[in-house]
This record gives sequence, structure tokens and C-alpha cells, in this order.
Amino acid sequence: MTQVEDFRDVTVTDGSHNSPPKAWKWYDYFTFNIDHKVIGIQYLVTAFVFYLIGGLMAVAIRVELTTPDSDLLDPNLYNAFMTNHGTIMIFLWIVPSAIGGFGNYLIPLMVGARDMAFPRLNAIAFWLNPPAGALLLLSFLFGGSQSGWTAYPPLSLVTANTAQTLWILAIVLVGTSSILGSVNFVITILKLKVPSLRWEQLPLFCWAILATSVLALLSTPVLAAGLVLLLFDINFGTSFFKPEAGGNVVLYQHLFWFYSHPAVYLMILPIFGIMSEVIPVHARKPIFGYKAIAYSSLTICVVGLFVWVHHMFTSGTPPWMRMFFTISTLIVAVPTGVKIFGWVATLWGGKIRFTSAMLFAIGLLSMFVVGGLDGITLGTAPFDLHVHDTYYVVGHFHYVLFGGSVFGIYSGIYHWFPKITGRMTNETLGRIHFALTFVGTHLTFLPMHHLGLQGMPRRVAMYDPQFTTINQLCTVGAFVLAASVIPFTINMIWSWLNGAKAGDNPWNALTLEWTTSSPPLIENWEVLPVVTHGPYDYGMNPQNAGVNNDQTIPVT
Amino acid sequence: MKQVPASLLTLLAGVMITLISFWVSQHHGLLPEQASAQAPLVDRFFNVMVTIATALFLIVQGAIVWFIIQFRQRAGDETDGVPIEGNFSLEILWTAIPAMIVIGLGIYSVDVYEQMGGLAPTHKHGLIAHQTAALVAAGDTAEPTIEPSPQYGIGAPAAESARAADLVVNVTGLQYAWLFNYPDSNVTTGELHVPLGKAVQLNLSAQDVIHSFWVPQFRLKQDALPGQATVLRFVATKIGTFPVVCAELCGGYHGSMRTQLIVHSPEDYDAWLAENQIAQSSDLQQKIAVTAEQSDAEMLAAYARAIDINAETLTQLHPNSL
Repeated sequence: MTQVEDFRDVTVTDGSHNSPPKAWKWYDYFTFNIDHKVIGIQYLVTAFVFYLIGGLMAVAIRVELTTPDSDLLDPNLYNAFMTNHGTIMIFLWIVPSAIGGFGNYLIPLMVGARDMAFPRLNAIAFWLNPPAGALLLLSFLFGGSQSGWTAYPPLSLVTANTAQTLWILAIVLVGTSSILGSVNFVITILKLKVPSLRWEQLPLFCWAILATSVLALLSTPVLAAGLVLLLFDINFGTSFFKPEAGGNVVLYQHLFWFYSHPAVYLMILPIFGIMSEVIPVHARKPIFGYKAIAYSSLTICVVGLFVWVHHMFTSGTPPWMRMFFTISTLIVAVPTGVKIFGWVATLWGGKIRFTSAMLFAIGLLSMFVVGGLDGITLGTAPFDLHVHDTYYVVGHFHYVLFGGSVFGIYSGIYHWFPKITGRMTNETLGRIHFALTFVGTHLTFLPMHHLGLQGMPRRVAMYDPQFTTINQLCTVGAFVLAASVIPFTINMIWSWLNGAKAGDNPWNALTLEWTTSSPPLIENWEVLPVVTHGPYDYGMNPQNAGVNNDQTIPVT
Repeated sequence: MKQVPASLLTLLAGVMITLISFWVSQHHGLLPEQASAQAPLVDRFFNVMVTIATALFLIVQGAIVWFIIQFRQRAGDETDGVPIEGNFSLEILWTAIPAMIVIGLGIYSVDVYEQMGGLAPTHKHGLIAHQTAALVAAGDTAEPTIEPSPQYGIGAPAAESARAADLVVNVTGLQYAWLFNYPDSNVTTGELHVPLGKAVQLNLSAQDVIHSFWVPQFRLKQDALPGQATVLRFVATKIGTFPVVCAELCGGYHGSMRTQLIVHSPEDYDAWLAENQIAQSSDLQQKIAVTAEQSDAEMLAAYARAIDINAETLTQLHPNSL
């Protein structure tokens, strides 16, 4: 005990802040707090609020598409909903919750650090998000930006200028947030890892966040550059993208997709990391092929930088480019496949616990196979000529981003909820939530493939009446998905207040975050843990099977 | 009962998966009818991908379902699973096989793309002028125009690249309509009429924002970009009426930017062309006088008369123009 108290005295005198309290009060979560766990929760909760807003827009879009005519929303408002649905879901839900939320909460805990490398920078990165969201909501007073989340000029130059300007400012803010966060993750993982944690024992979520951060650092500035040029074209009379004044509209597409294709990996790599944590714990098996999964994250990071033109196969791109990017795009399928096969093999020989977290992880595995396979077809230029900018693409990316990223976020929330709150979630509500989400996802997004192949373009408020029935099916699915959020929200609020006490390590997991109390102390551990075994050593030591993860051997 | 050997079961599963995959690829019925020379090429390629995808889908989903049933936690069993950390040869296998599949698909897609004419959008553009001159000699009064030579889009396959297109149509996309101008005969329409079996070349441009010319039954799409010429060459293989869809978001009424492509027999096409030439000859002068200096409204006025749209409809379609 004396040892422990000594240690705490040291941290207090060394700490840059004045004697931190033992636990945060509820109002601390609404302040500029520099604790990585507070920031993680701030990211997750804020992102979830935006998920609900973006979801309501999706419901409005689907209701409009129940009939072929544009009869519910004004077509311009429809486009504003369509644009902001995409923007909010990407920039204010998936990216901030997967990277900002889980990354901030878990990375210091997983590497055995007391906080992120730059706690104040971390808080600044978070607090750039709410104003960005406010700007997007504010833009609706000026009609809302209506040029799609891609904001291709010249359409973005001639439509709702004020709203488009606010949209650009919002994206530049979240982009800045992403850059600041990424620097922090890279330095934290490289420098603050406890010495006893060897590189080959680093949890795969950390490898995934490392790859994600490097990718964000390389690509985000290019998007910012493109958007700033667009901002100047709209407001200050420049003509970078104005064809009548010698500008080039395709240049913008290159700048945009150089970021925005890697953005897909920003949204899925952290989720792959979550998968690699959740599956071994609930299958009670070591992860199959640790090195292959770690390296495949890094491979995706590198190859992912050279595939962006597959979004532009029907644009002003020369034949060699269309062919080069067909092949580079197909190559990304290989490291992605390696991960999928690794997770499936992890299930083999396990003793699978069908917890809510595991249900969503297995659901993701199954969904991602669909999204990955139709993604390969889209990556080939000859076929993409037919389905580019159709509902086939909409179906594909929702399988990846909803069936993939959102399932992964749900899985992560169920898995780490006991750690974050100290309480267990309700399994029955979790199962209802999973069943509704699984059915709703297929019902909404599978028929969209057929729509696209048959000839329905995307981003339309009115369509050929021959597509009515299938569109109505998708709308029913959207309502199922909307309903699925209800049991989840009830579960979260109720469990946070009244759930059964979780204890430090309810899943008998072996990574470091489970060695501290639930919820963790303000500086994570009284005594920093010493790593005595690998992160996925399930079944390795027969007498340890089922025994709590005990790595808190005091430093001597 | 005697145990069936695992190797036999695996073989049986493999045969079943193969058969199902081939059946699915031939019977999915997902694609609309084929109406261009390129469509069968794209569909064959798609069906190959469907075969592979179905097989992979069945293998992976089958494995997931099998494993979660077989390896579920039994009541009261709190122990861990078998501690297998990996298998190097298995990992090599499932890296190498997908790698070979995607390399094969990559090579195949280059080949298909070549056959579709995608590798040569700029082939032999001089021949367009040559062809125009031939038409002049045949009694056509049109002035030979030098077309801008687009570098992007879909041209003729290598086998035909020496041959000029039989028909050139200038296509302009604008919010929210397509205009089709036949430079050799000074006809302008709002619907695209082409003869069956002839090589048709569309020179695409856009007046205001980016549009994208798509005929689902042709499996072809090419953006019409402001300030950058693009080209789309095809041979129609079926008589009929097909939708022309704008596939790139171009504003509030993007979804209503649709028109028709009518494929005629060559004789019907000639009759149609002759009829329209007479009908439109009166305002011939105005169309030749179109210059870049004109505003949208001025430019559109002549077209509006030509394609029989009154000013009111046009204002609705294009609020800034009049």
C-alpha cells in the first residue's frame, strides 16, 4: 500500500494540473477536460447525437423515395438532406467515434500510458467537432449545401453559396481535428508504451490506429487544400475550378478523392482493430495470424493511397489511369481478405460466447464479405462504366460503412461499455438491437444493388416508376433500422444508471485496459502494469483459463 | 454408420459450390437487356465476377455459420478454446489465391476494356473530318467542321480504330436536359436517334455543371464536363427505345434529367433524318451563329424552338436562363 501512495504523490507533484479529483463529476464531461477517457466519451456521445440527426435525414430521404415523384421534400431540400446525411455520417459520426472515441479512450489504456502524449492538443481536437456540427446545422438556414458530400465544382460553385461556404468551413474544422488527433496517436503509441509491452504484444487495435493516423496525416491536408481552393472560388473570385475562366473541374476531383478514398480506410481500419480485439475475447481463442493482421493494416494504409481514381473512371481520366487504378484497387482486396480469413479462422476451435459485442462482430464479418465482393466488381473500370454513380454504389458503400463501420462501433460499445461505465449492458435489449439492425441492413441495402444494375442513378429525388416496388422495400428497411436505435438507446441509458456492476474484467480479457478498475481511475492505474503475457494468449496457460487478467505486479 | 472421409466431403462441397456459382452467374437476371456491342462484353465480365464472388461468398459465409454453430460455448463450459496462433502455410494460401484471382481479374478487365474501345478514345480523329468531307461530296450542304479531339472517354476497339465513326453527334448536357446536334445534317433534337449497327460517336460537352451520359442497356457511361471534351463511341445492336439518364448530380432536378435514345433500322433512321432536316432548315442560320459569347438564354432560345419546348417549360427546367 505504501508503495502505491508514494506513486500517487509523485504523479500529483509531477502533473501539470493541480491535484486532480478522484473521479469526474457529470459536469466535467461538458468542459474542456484533458483526460483522454473524458475526451473519448465526449467524442462517442457527441458522435452518437449526430448519428441520430444524420439518421433522421436518411429517413426523410427514404420516405421521399417511396414514390417516384418528388412530393414530400422540395428537390433542393432533398439534395441538402442527401448531402448533409453523407457529410454528418462520415465526418461527425463514424470518423469521430471510431478514431476519436475508441482511439482516445483505449490507446493509452492499451499501451499502459496515463494519458495521451499531448492532452491539451487532444482536447482542442475534440472541441473543433461541435462547432463543425453547428456550422452544418446553421447552413440549413441558407438552404443547406446541396452538391453532395463530394461537392464537385461547378455545381458547388453555383448552388447555395453561403451554405456551401459553411460546409467547407465545417469540413476544414473536422479535418484539422483529425490531423491533431492523428499526431497525438502516433506519438502516444511510439513513445508512451510501457517498456514491458513488446511490439509483437501491441494490441491489434493499436496497430490499426497507427495505420489510420499515418493515412490521415498523409491525405487530410490534400482535402483541406482542395476545399480551401473551392472556398476561394466561391467567395474571392479565383477560378481554380471554373472552366469558363480556364479552371479545371477534374483537378478538384483528384484533390478530393486523394483524401476521400483513404477516408474510407480511416472509417474501416479502426473498426478492423475493434474486430481483432472483440473476436478473440469472446471466442476464447488467440487471434489467428497476429502478424498478418498487423501488417495487412499497414499494407492497406500504403496501397490505399494509390487507388483514388477508381471514383473517376467515367470522368475526364485517360485510359492508362483507368487501367492502373483498376489494378491497384483490386490489390487492396488481398490484405482485406487476409483479415477476414484471419477472423474466421479465429472462430475455429473457439468457445464462442454470443454476447451482444460478439453478435455485432460476427454480423460485421458476414456483412463485410458482401461489401468487399461487390466492391471488387466496382473497382474494375469496364464494369464500373455501367454502375458508377448508381444505387449499386450506394448499396456497396452502405454495406461497408453501415454493415462494416457502424456494426463495429456497436460491437465496440457493447464490448467496452463495462470498462467505460463499470456496468453491464442488458443482453436481451442487445439481442433485439442486433436482430433489428441485421435484418434492417440487408433489407435496406441489398435491393439497392439491383436498382443500380437496372438503371437507377444515385442522388435523385425523382425516379423512373419501374423502380417503385424495390424502393419501397428499401424504405421499409430504413424504418427497421430507425427502430433498431430505440432498444440501443434505452439499453445505454438504463444500463449506465442501473446495470449490474461489471467488475474490473467481466470478459476475462487479456489486454491492459482490463487490468484497471471499471471505470478506470483518472490516471488509469495506481501502479503502471507490467506485461506478463501476450494480448491474445487465450487457452495458453491451462491453470489460468477463466482466471482474471492479473498483470498489475507493482514496479519494483 | 461409417464416417464419410473428410476429403470426400470437401470434394463434394467444392463441386457443389462450383456448380451453384456457375448457375447463379448465368441466372441472376440482375442486368437489363443488352443493346450495344459493348453490353455483352461487360455482362460476360460481370458474370465471371459473379461466379467468383458467389463461390467466395458461399465459402466464407459457410465457414462462419459452421464455426459459430460447431464452436459455440456449451452450457457450463468456462474454459478457453484451443490456443492456435496461426498457420503459416494456410496464411500463404489465402494470401496467394486472392492475389492470383485479382491479378487475373485485372488482366481480364484490361482486355475487356480494350475490346470496348476504352484504350483508344482519340484514335484517328482526322478521319472524322474525312468522313464529313465524303458526306459533302454526296450532296450534303453542311460545312466540314473540325471537331475538338477529346482525349477522354470510350473510343473504338483496336480492330476498328482505323475506321471513322459512321455518325457523329454533338451532345450537350445542361440543367436539366440533353441536346443532340447532328453536325453533318444540322439537326438538333432533345432525343437521340441512331441507326442500328452503325458506329456512333458522341462528342460530349456540358454547358453549366458536370452531367453524365448513361444508357443502362448500353452499359456505357461518360461524364460531360464543362471545359473538357469527352467522347463515347458505340454500336447499337437492338432496335428500340432506351432511357438516357444523367448519372452525375447536377442540381435539384437531376433525377428528372432523362430522355430517350431511339435505335432505328438504317432506313427508318434516314427517313427520320430527312424529315427533321426539312423541319429545321428554316432556322438554320441561327444555329450556325451559336457562339460562346451568348448567354444561356440566347443560346437556348434557338434550341427551344427546335425541340418544341415553350419558354415556360424551359424556365422551369432552367430558372436562370430566361
